[in-house]
Amino acid sequence: MPEITFREALNQAMAEEMERDPNVFLMGEEVGYYQGAYKVSQGLLEKFGPQRVIDTPIAELGFAGLGVGAAQVGLRPIIEFMTWNFSLLALDQIVNNAAKLRYMSGGQIKMPIVFRGANGSAHQLGAQHSQSMEAWLCHIPGLIVMAPSVPADGKGMLKAAIRDDNPVIFIESEVAYGYKGEVPEGEHIVPIGVGDIKRPGKDVTIVAWSKMVHVALEAANILAGEGIEAEVVDPRTLRPLDEQLLVSSVEKTNRCVIVEEGWPYAGVGAEIAHRIYINAFDHLDAPILRVTSEDVPMPYAANLEHAVVPNAQRVAAAAKKVLYV
Amino acid sequence: MASKLTMPKLSDTMTLGVLLKWLKKEGEKVDAGEVIAEAESDKATMELEAFDAGILLKIVVPEGGKVPVGGLLAIIGEKGEDIAALLSEKAPAPEPESVPESTQPLPAAPVPDMTPADEIITTDSVRIKASPLARKMAAAKGIDLRRVQGSGTGGRIISRDLAAMPSAAEVPAKQAPAAAPAAVSSEQPLNTMRTAIASRMTLSKTTVPHFYLTMEIDMDKMVALRAEMNAAQTEIKISFNDLIVKAVAAALSKHPRVNGSFAGDKFIFHQQVDIGLAVALEDGLITPVLRDCAARSVGELAKEARVLIDKAKERKLTPNEYTGSTFTISNLGMFDIEEFSAIINPPEAAILAVGAIQEKPVVQNGQIVVGQRMKVTLSCDHRIVDGATGALFLKDFKNYLENPALLLL
Repeated sequence: MPEITFREALNQAMAEEMERDPNVFLMGEEVGYYQGAYKVSQGLLEKFGPQRVIDTPIAELGFAGLGVGAAQVGLRPIIEFMTWNFSLLALDQIVNNAAKLRYMSGGQIKMPIVFRGANGSAHQLGAQHSQSMEAWLCHIPGLIVMAPSVPADGKGMLKAAIRDDNPVIFIESEVAYGYKGEVPEGEHIVPIGVGDIKRPGKDVTIVAWSKMVHVALEAANILAGEGIEAEVVDPRTLRPLDEQLLVSSVEKTNRCVIVEEGWPYAGVGAEIAHRIYINAFDHLDAPILRVTSEDVPMPYAANLEHAVVPNAQRVAAAAKKVLYV
Repeated sequence: MASKLTMPKLSDTMTLGVLLKWLKKEGEKVDAGEVIAEAESDKATMELEAFDAGILLKIVVPEGGKVPVGGLLAIIGEKGEDIAALLSEKAPAPEPESVPESTQPLPAAPVPDMTPADEIITTDSVRIKASPLARKMAAAKGIDLRRVQGSGTGGRIISRDLAAMPSAAEVPAKQAPAAAPAAVSSEQPLNTMRTAIASRMTLSKTTVPHFYLTMEIDMDKMVALRAEMNAAQTEIKISFNDLIVKAVAAALSKHPRVNGSFAGDKFIFHQQVDIGLAVALEDGLITPVLRDCAARSVGELAKEARVLIDKAKERKLTPNEYTGSTFTISNLGMFDIEEFSAIINPPEAAILAVGAIQEKPVVQNGQIVVGQRMKVTLSCDHRIVDGATGALFLKDFKNYLENPALLLL
């Protein structure tokens, strides 16, 4: 299996789906002539032409709305937000149209649209450009929210997202675009709502998604050095959630730490913890702990930024706390 | 040198105290002998004095906290002293409730954590901090969590505290003294019937003032009569119980209080005699009701009793077939029980407990002969049936059984 970067895996997914279905098209800021702000759409303009790889003005609400309209009439748009920070401008289209039209039309209108882009902090981008938006989006019934952590999942999940007739929020990570991993060539689908165990273990479950999976794996390495076998569970799709996988892992380990790059208050991890409490209460030997970003706007100073975002040391410490060691 | 303030034993029976109130704050100076807190034992509220002078360095138990005798409450010492070592020392587990040695010797040392449960423990009487998993493990192993020392945060009992402990069922029998009751080894949730039995019997025995009247009855004539009845016809087999029902019904007709109910500010007298028959089921019992017994013949009663008892055993009785009796008969004669006393089935005024008919040497006309005797015990609700009322009822009942011709009148 070839080893490629995350951005190449996403590129493959889009190219393959655009070849497979002429209704699929890509639209967003700098996706065409500039080849994508993060080079995810490299070569697509050349391959599919300006009718299917469309550069837009800096007008998120406008092009998100164009996408929603196109999806209503049978096209399958991929709307790229340069980062999810900018999607705030488009939330009315996402929340009030994309998420609701299928419901409000009694199923008559399909909404096969994917909104994708980079999420979370990178390095010193400042408070407005370092946000993790998944909690906002997971809150909305009608949306599917996916957040792959490794290139192979990125490809397989994006292909599943493009083929689905519901609006899918696709969360990527600027930092992870350069991560490399083995990715199957050709048809490779990771179904919506199916999680994955990224590292098996028996002592403590660490739940993480997107970039935080790598923080969790690093923590698992630290813990392994102390004889603690952590199981890293990646739900991959945040809505709908693979509850079964999470619960069965916690039933095995009896302990759980949830890592989330977003803020703690009303975070996705809070919902995941709730579901584990409801479904695996009698298996818990310790309260579930969450490791999140600090409850502040992201500081610009590099040292403070490091102090805000979850890191492997914090995750390992939380794991030891639920193990009472 | 810092010292610990611990929960003193404030009474002989105290195992746990509640820290009611701190009279000093952390960082405040205390003198030896000064009252620094109030605690509550199972009997009274007491003042806690500091044994040593110093600074109240750390309050470990907040107000309202429950602490076993000997458990750490606070640390007193010099300013800036390192108290980490003292804080990490484990508190003693609550002592088992003391019981008189003559009746309940405590088990010997080898299994200190596995003292067999020697009293009914209500889990909500003492708040135990334990993880859900630990609770589940303890339930599965039959371990009383009050005997377990928690090693988790804040003394929480966690899985590892239980992992090494043998289950109650695995504790070798020889380690438990012979006199001690067996440790709880499994649990069975109550079904609806057991729940109803538990609540109704408890209600009756704790709120109805019972007294008991026992009488021996000569059954010679009844034995002969029954044999005659069953020899003369084959349509329905008459049992002693059928004859007893008829005699009870006849006697109840003459004693309305025994066929009545106490209802707080009044008596209720039931016009009809509806007799409940206690029928044992596999795990429980039920009382199908024979209606209007005084007005019906033994044969009719016998037929209907057969039908109802069969339905009861198949658990097919409808509610109107097992509710609304005015008197109940419980017969354990078939188990060779000589006599026993039954618990009244509220709101009835009495219940008749019937023992076995036994052959006995009896004196008749100065001669010792073999007689058939049966003992019955009437449990009465004293709020409506006085001793004499119950006795007169029994006397009439006895008269009917000893002179069955009266039942034909």
